[in-house]
Amino acid sequence: MNDMTRVERAVDSKAIKIAANKVQVYYGDTHAIKDVNVEIEEKTVTAFIGPSGCGKSTFLRCLNRMNDTIDICRVEGDILLDGEDIYDKRVDPVQLRAKVGMVFQKPNPFPKSIYDNVAYGPRIHGLAKNKAELDEIVEKSLRRGAIWDEVKDRLDAPGTGLSGGQQQRLCIARAIATAPEVLLMDEPCSALDPIATAQVEELIDELRSRYSVVIVTHSMQQAARVSQKTAFFHLGNLVEFGETGQIFTNPEDPRTESYITGRIG
Amino acid sequence: MTDISQTPGAAPAAKPKGGSLFEKDARTKRRNAAEGRFKLYGIAAIGIGLLMLIILVTNIVTAGTGAFQQTFLELNVELKADKLDKKGDRNIEDIKKVSTFGYAPLIASALEAEVQKLGIQTDLKPKEMGKILSKSSQAQLRNYVIANPDEIGKTVSFRFLVNSRVDGYIKGRVTRESIANDKSITAAQLDFVDQLRDAGVLYKAFNPDFIFGSDASDQRPEAAGIGVSMLGSLFMMFVVLALALPIGVAASIYLEEFAPQNRLTDIIEVNISNLAAVPSIVFGILGLAVFINYMHLPTSAPLVGGLVLTLMTLPTIIISTRASLKAVPPSIRDAALGVGASKMQAVFHHVLPLAAPGILTGTIIGLAQALGETAPLLLIGMVGFIASNPPDGIVAGFLSPNSAMPAQIYEWSKRADPAFYERAWGGIIILLIFLVTMNTIAVILRRRFERRW
Repeated sequence: MNDMTRVERAVDSKAIKIAANKVQVYYGDTHAIKDVNVEIEEKTVTAFIGPSGCGKSTFLRCLNRMNDTIDICRVEGDILLDGEDIYDKRVDPVQLRAKVGMVFQKPNPFPKSIYDNVAYGPRIHGLAKNKAELDEIVEKSLRRGAIWDEVKDRLDAPGTGLSGGQQQRLCIARAIATAPEVLLMDEPCSALDPIATAQVEELIDELRSRYSVVIVTHSMQQAARVSQKTAFFHLGNLVEFGETGQIFTNPEDPRTESYITGRIG
Repeated sequence: MTDISQTPGAAPAAKPKGGSLFEKDARTKRRNAAEGRFKLYGIAAIGIGLLMLIILVTNIVTAGTGAFQQTFLELNVELKADKLDKKGDRNIEDIKKVSTFGYAPLIASALEAEVQKLGIQTDLKPKEMGKILSKSSQAQLRNYVIANPDEIGKTVSFRFLVNSRVDGYIKGRVTRESIANDKSITAAQLDFVDQLRDAGVLYKAFNPDFIFGSDASDQRPEAAGIGVSMLGSLFMMFVVLALALPIGVAASIYLEEFAPQNRLTDIIEVNISNLAAVPSIVFGILGLAVFINYMHLPTSAPLVGGLVLTLMTLPTIIISTRASLKAVPPSIRDAALGVGASKMQAVFHHVLPLAAPGILTGTIIGLAQALGETAPLLLIGMVGFIASNPPDGIVAGFLSPNSAMPAQIYEWSKRADPAFYERAWGGIIILLIFLVTMNTIAVILRRRFERRW
């Protein structure tokens, strides 16, 4: 089995998409993220695991500067996207977020039609020149979001009328519609039942062929199933980062081992 | 030991150890009694409230409906050419030279002719007969002649208002006993009124002029209407809506979505809440000092009234707008920001449409509050002014002196003639209809567009 992973690694030697270097995050006086270094590869699913309150969501939200909306939050260190520091003064977070899309824990479709949900991003970024192009983007995104077949007959129906799992896939389709390069997912399955979870996981696996995906999850099985790389956070520290197979079978740090075996959490 | 096969209704052989569940212990009895008493207090409180409301509404309706009806006298008046247009060339300037007093004889002789035609026996002289009519009837006749000079020389049928005493007699407010010391009407005139009523030319009918007409002087309560002050209120509401809604919404959006959380915004926030509790008369004084004394805007103008009421309504609108913005779940903002919308796009495309019903509701309630406000208008001269003519055009509507509905009601309630008292109640009915309509619209909007999460 080790041989197989080695072969796979050799085949897709991937470029680094996001490089975080000595990242510190403070909430007021609280030091929430301490000295985190992570490299997120292209076309890879990277999972962040760790007990509640360990800072994995906070770190995820740093990657597209969603923490800017919180007044007391302060970020230090460098986060490079394709070699450019996203916290540079010249960077407009709006442009960044078009490149780094995000899917949230709770499905949060806009209270508008399914079509408008998906079309909103392309509209504000001017990705479509006319209605036909927009239709095409919407269809393509819904297909990639693995929800097209379920909603193609009722694109005018409100997005909030879908089931939880469908809503979450709609949100993924919405995030894909702006043609991002990185997709951040903050516990995308925590509000879903096992069947919907399986569908979303399958979708994540497919998305890997085009995007780098970063997923925060509470479920270690999920991390093992969908990710190629795993980062374990504990109390704001990045304890261990490596191949998913290695983290789950042969962790280097005793804390990782304790968490995976269920002794801390 | 209890037998398992025992039927449920039958008493158990031995009492359970902790006491039977079928018997209430003293504590439970006391608690139940307290609960029962509390429910009773609640029902009593609601009952008292309802009773008060019913008394209030019945009172208003019984006292006020009279104002919507007025007693009229139908009369054929010969517009004698030798009195109205001596030269006979129908020159409008010459016709205008005949003052309202010049029309009195026409009415008196028309009344005399009517009496002869109907065969009514009376000892009254024509001049005394004419006194049962409102003082406004001469003006009514003159206005008609000036508007239609070609009718001079013909006989035209008119519906004249009778004066407030006769009207009160028909409505039962004035009796033969109550006029004993009244100089403006005699028992003989009341007999004459009875005869006219029996003949069918004097009758009570719906009076649209009360709703659409203008206020009248102290001597002519029967001619007074609330219409012009309604226009005054309308123009004030335009000012309030045009200023308070955009300013209030802009301020709330900034405070709620963009402003940093610091000491300054905290102070602003506390002071907005304080402003909402400031007595309205204070805003009136402020308006007098700033808008009239300093900025020299016209006194008694709906523009100034509207500005003062804007100051008063702003806190209400800001508070309700902020509450409805707060009620929009943050996940919607995250969703918009997550697909790369700017903060402003997130607010205007997603948050504001969701908050709109709440904002509208708050605005309507704020407007309703402003519509019923009297105290600030006292200080800027909108009370005590007799609005005798509807404003002449839109600019005049904002700038020329006018009154407002609640101010008009206050004004009527101050006057001596009991006929005005009836009109004050009638005015209250109209004002209440406006307020209830506005609040109903607000409730319907909230019901229809409210979104549950």
